[in-house]
Amino acid sequence: MKVLTANRLIDGEAVWLAPGDVWAETLDAAEVAHDKAAEDLLELAARRWAQKNAVVDINLIDVTVVDGAIRPTRLREQIRADGPTNRRDLGKQARRLNAA
Amino acid sequence: MYRYDEFDHAFVTARVAEFSDQVQRRLAGEITEDQFKPLRLMNGVYLQLHAYMLRVAIPYGTLSAAQMRMLAHIARTYDKGYGHFTTRQNIQYNWPALADIPAVLADLASVEMHAIQTSGNCIRNVTADHFAGAAADEVADPRPYAEILRQWSSVHPEFSYLPRKFKIAVTGAERDRAAIQMHDIGLHLKKNERGELGFAVYIGGGQGRTPMIAKKIRDFLPEADLLSYTTAIVRVYNLHGRRDNKYKARIKILVHETGTEELTGWIEDEFAAVKESELKLPEADIRAIERYFAPPDLPARAEGWAELAAARKADAGFDAWVRRNTVAHRHPDYACVTISLKGIGEVPGDASDLQMDAVADIAERYAFDEIRVSHEQNLILPHVAKADLKAVHDALAAIGLATANAGLVTDIIACPGLDYCALANARSIPVAQKISERFGAQARQEEIGELKIKISGCINACGHHHVGHIGILGVEKKGTELYQITLGGSGDEHTSIGEIIGRGFGPDEITDAIETVVDTYLAHRSGREETFLDAYRRLGPAPFKEALYGSDAKAA
Repeated sequence: MKVLTANRLIDGEAVWLAPGDVWAETLDAAEVAHDKAAEDLLELAARRWAQKNAVVDINLIDVTVVDGAIRPTRLREQIRADGPTNRRDLGKQARRLNAA
Repeated sequence: MYRYDEFDHAFVTARVAEFSDQVQRRLAGEITEDQFKPLRLMNGVYLQLHAYMLRVAIPYGTLSAAQMRMLAHIARTYDKGYGHFTTRQNIQYNWPALADIPAVLADLASVEMHAIQTSGNCIRNVTADHFAGAAADEVADPRPYAEILRQWSSVHPEFSYLPRKFKIAVTGAERDRAAIQMHDIGLHLKKNERGELGFAVYIGGGQGRTPMIAKKIRDFLPEADLLSYTTAIVRVYNLHGRRDNKYKARIKILVHETGTEELTGWIEDEFAAVKESELKLPEADIRAIERYFAPPDLPARAEGWAELAAARKADAGFDAWVRRNTVAHRHPDYACVTISLKGIGEVPGDASDLQMDAVADIAERYAFDEIRVSHEQNLILPHVAKADLKAVHDALAAIGLATANAGLVTDIIACPGLDYCALANARSIPVAQKISERFGAQARQEEIGELKIKISGCINACGHHHVGHIGILGVEKKGTELYQITLGGSGDEHTSIGEIIGRGFGPDEITDAIETVVDTYLAHRSGREETFLDAYRRLGPAPFKEALYGSDAKAA
């Protein structure tokens, strides 16, 4: 399974492509490609978005879905999705803390 | 301190305007990312995991209080309230928005700072001994020469597109606190038998995936020839350095593949051609730059001796701090103070905006308006009267910066690692924090004595693990973090590269492994006076391997 991720051009914020061809600030909103056909569509989207001036460093990354929660396979991508592991008050995880 | 002249002001202001325009054009879609990326890198703007990162140059690590306050202001206004002081005497901000960076650069320019040449294949920030101009063992202040090199190398038309980045370090004492033998060019400022100033010149040192110790190619280069000789070195490198493989593009590889003797011949030939050119430094110009670095007028403060002795007797914590975090100043009534940015369990090199402001206040009040950043990720107050040490200590304690651990096992260098860095393979900061907590007790640290642990989260070695007495390198293996230990590295005048001791350890094992290494040292040292490094050099790896891997040691 894969999702498409990037960093927003204007502020560098880590974002994931969500249904409706919009970039979401949290991984849980991402559109997950469950099969090769869906992956191909994400790759097409990546090429299309690379021509626009909204996001940079666009990458297709591996994820798993456990109990409905999307989790990147690589630690690097987990940290992008959450924030620095030594500072729970920073990054996406901080927003979840603040919302709780 | 050096003050910008009209040319410097105009140049930096013009660069801010130019980059502001480039950012606007990028945001408007007038230039592509491929076009913009080299431009932003030339201005210190990287893209990391969570956001952009801005690396601000701190030339030879020297700051005034006003500059430090501006760094605090930027952390507060455009970032998340902190900055990260790096192993190259710079500061990095981890969260700036691209749209804000022109404003950050304009703020920096207002205090004579910038981010130019903090990235890219050019000559980077020239680093120097953090005790420059103050240390008792110094022959002369290396910073005037670092400043001359800075001026010469800034947007140097011939050297802005080198095969790879290029780092120069200068020291002015026999005791090398600037790790000059691990730089592309290392300069050791010294006097010859006639009392004239000049340099021992080293080239081809560096860390990364192929660590190499620099080779000395000149024992004494007269100071007037500094720029002509440096030009000769960089020109030869620019012409002959490899551009086909970025991993083989540093000058260390050119030195290694060509041979020191032959390469030195090329450099000397080039030097002969440019020696009597406009690059020859006029004596008057050197002395003029030197005047910017004239030491402050330090009044006699002899009362400090007795006051200090009494205060140390009355306060054990203060006594430990003086023992660990001060070194001899050339003026007997003064000391150089290390402000540890390595609080127990804290992130090495991080300082909050409030801490930066407070350090600026302390520097202004007690330290002649001078602050330094060390390559060991600490701050330095180079000139503090012994009579003021207690007040400085107490003011630092109030902001959590009075940890008495300079040079001890918890004074750890760590790169940002996988918590921030797009290149990293493993985390560094949490490893440093856990080791710091494990060894945090003051008595235990002091019992262990001088011990430098350095941690990198990838082979690029920003955390200088190759020259750690204990080095830790984080790698990714089968999707998980693994930490390799190296032992016996050193980045001083007796530079050595650490040896890999055996198979790596997982994130939950590495702290125990480091404790095993330290305990093995304690068990085998000849006495307290034998440091970890000395003991390792005497004992070799065998007892450490045995302790870490037991009967597996031979297989490891």
